[in-house]
Amino acid sequence: MNYNVDEKGYYGDFGGAFIPEMLYPNVAELRESYLKITAEPDFKKEFDALLKEYVGRPTPLYFAKRLSERYNTKIYLKREDLCHTGAHKVNNTIGQILLAKRLGKTRIIAETGAGQHGVATATVCALMGIECIVYMGELDIKRQAPNVARMKMLGAEVRSAQSGSKTLKDATNEAIRDWINNPVNTHYIIGSVVGPHPYPDMVARFQSVISEETKGQLQELEGRDYPDHVIACVGGGSNAAGLYYHYLNDERVNIIAVEAAGKGIDSGESAATSALGKEGIIHGSKTLLMQTPDGQITEPYSISAGLDYPGVGPMHAHLFRTRRAEFISIPDQEAMDWGLTLSQMEGIIPAIETAHAFAALDVRKFGPQEIIVFNCSGRGDKDLDTYIDYFKL
Amino acid sequence: MNRIDQKFKEDKKLLSLYFSAGFPNLEDTVPILKNLEAAGVDMVEIGLPFSDPLADGPTIQESSTQALRNGMTTEKLFSQLEGIREHVNIPLVLMGYFNPMMQYGIEKFLARCAAVGIDGLIIPDLPVDVYHEQYKTLFDQHGLYNMFLITPQTPENRIRYIDQVSNGFIYMVSSAAVTGAQSTFGNTQTDYFQRIAQMNLTTPTVVGFGISNAATYQAASLHSRGAIIGSAFIKFLEEKGVDKIGKFVRSIRD
Repeated sequence: MNYNVDEKGYYGDFGGAFIPEMLYPNVAELRESYLKITAEPDFKKEFDALLKEYVGRPTPLYFAKRLSERYNTKIYLKREDLCHTGAHKVNNTIGQILLAKRLGKTRIIAETGAGQHGVATATVCALMGIECIVYMGELDIKRQAPNVARMKMLGAEVRSAQSGSKTLKDATNEAIRDWINNPVNTHYIIGSVVGPHPYPDMVARFQSVISEETKGQLQELEGRDYPDHVIACVGGGSNAAGLYYHYLNDERVNIIAVEAAGKGIDSGESAATSALGKEGIIHGSKTLLMQTPDGQITEPYSISAGLDYPGVGPMHAHLFRTRRAEFISIPDQEAMDWGLTLSQMEGIIPAIETAHAFAALDVRKFGPQEIIVFNCSGRGDKDLDTYIDYFKL
Repeated sequence: MNRIDQKFKEDKKLLSLYFSAGFPNLEDTVPILKNLEAAGVDMVEIGLPFSDPLADGPTIQESSTQALRNGMTTEKLFSQLEGIREHVNIPLVLMGYFNPMMQYGIEKFLARCAAVGIDGLIIPDLPVDVYHEQYKTLFDQHGLYNMFLITPQTPENRIRYIDQVSNGFIYMVSSAAVTGAQSTFGNTQTDYFQRIAQMNLTTPTVVGFGISNAATYQAASLHSRGAIIGSAFIKFLEEKGVDKIGKFVRSIRD
């Protein structure tokens, strides 16, 4: 079985480009050029140099000694939280801004939920001197004031998405509408492995630097370039796609995806798409998504704004359906507790999204000789207010 | 013969209106259809509301959201349309996004469309290639037409492909934009209308998006077989109500 995208843009039953005709030329231009451009030596050179000198890569693969002792297994953390801007998101925005420049685009748009992708996009636009407009749900703008301020400071315009539920999915709708209205000069930097083909594959490739580095680092540390398990949280799924990428077709590696159960899978306030979703179409991709029986897309919930997306990338839908990956879901409370545990056992304050992944250690047994790599995808600075409220710090 | 083909045989410029089913009130669907036919409208697009209508502007999205709040569902719409062919003879096109149709079940959805007397569909997020490969046979079996959009950016070879796969009419999007009312058309739009007219397509074209008044209606239908009005009609329905539909239609045609 192949777990990469096929030549038509599908992962098994999922993916494709279910887009209005108005978007066809934009998406076709990307589809026809992304592999060619990203394979050019000049592109690779500039991408690698920026990842090294600007983002701070390679990020360390850190052996978490105290955590390993407690769980009697070998736990490594891929430290994406040490990337410039505080999360893995910037790997993708660097790649896409370089692509946009080569396509002659002069205006960038993006969607953001918690603001991390918005900040990562505003950052690379500032770096390149390109106009940047970030769509953000009206409710999220209120909830994530520090990131809104960061984007503004970086010179981006933050536009409030007022339609529908006024959150991430609506910000995505507004960004897509903007792209329809500005088909020639604008590139849309999608922040996750979602959207019409080629976005899921393109974003996964830019994020694949995570597993590429992991291979080399494991070889050095353990004498083999693969772990027994890779574990990451999944909202749309970009950090997970990056960590899984070079292991997708390596059956020695077990893949674990951790979704946000919110207040519990059956509570009506959850973001566990694999458990609650059905096959359908969201933002131009056929995938699993949370919806009413009548096919209206529903609003998910998680305490972590980065995981409350009603769908999941088509690659992950395929990994779920084929059982290539194990999917588990973790409620708010356990994730928050893990935020504290990781802080106090390893001195690393994780993003709440990231904290979800670590809770896999309580759900599942791992052997003493097994090697586990977690994607420590983001740092917790942006979540301090939530942590403060929750733990009465 | 499909009612759409019959309509296009008439020697006149066509006026087609769009509204979101279930808006302003849940039970307005049938009265709106009857009033539109009585007012001399040639064809109607009935919008099946969706939570995330990507190709639509704020007016249509808001009316969709309101319709869903009013309780509109796919099943509800079909039950409202049962028996509609006893009262309304003009072509009826169902316009909606693909996800609600998938959840209803495509085959069952098409069967219900055919049974209530729908003549064709417009599904903005079902690309022509996917339709051609996977669904066309099913549409044909039910005698349903599927209409596609083209825009000023659509490449010529793709327009030819759409022309070949299409039946009924081709929906020409007036400009690079989501739906929404405009007051005039510029030269770029007129050039585009002329360019498409000169391609001599086998499928007739109708212009939509941005048509709001007599002037834009006339400009749009000069180089095509007619025009579709959505947002401006929805605003009118909201402000003036279902009973005044005749007045809206006269303001466009006279």
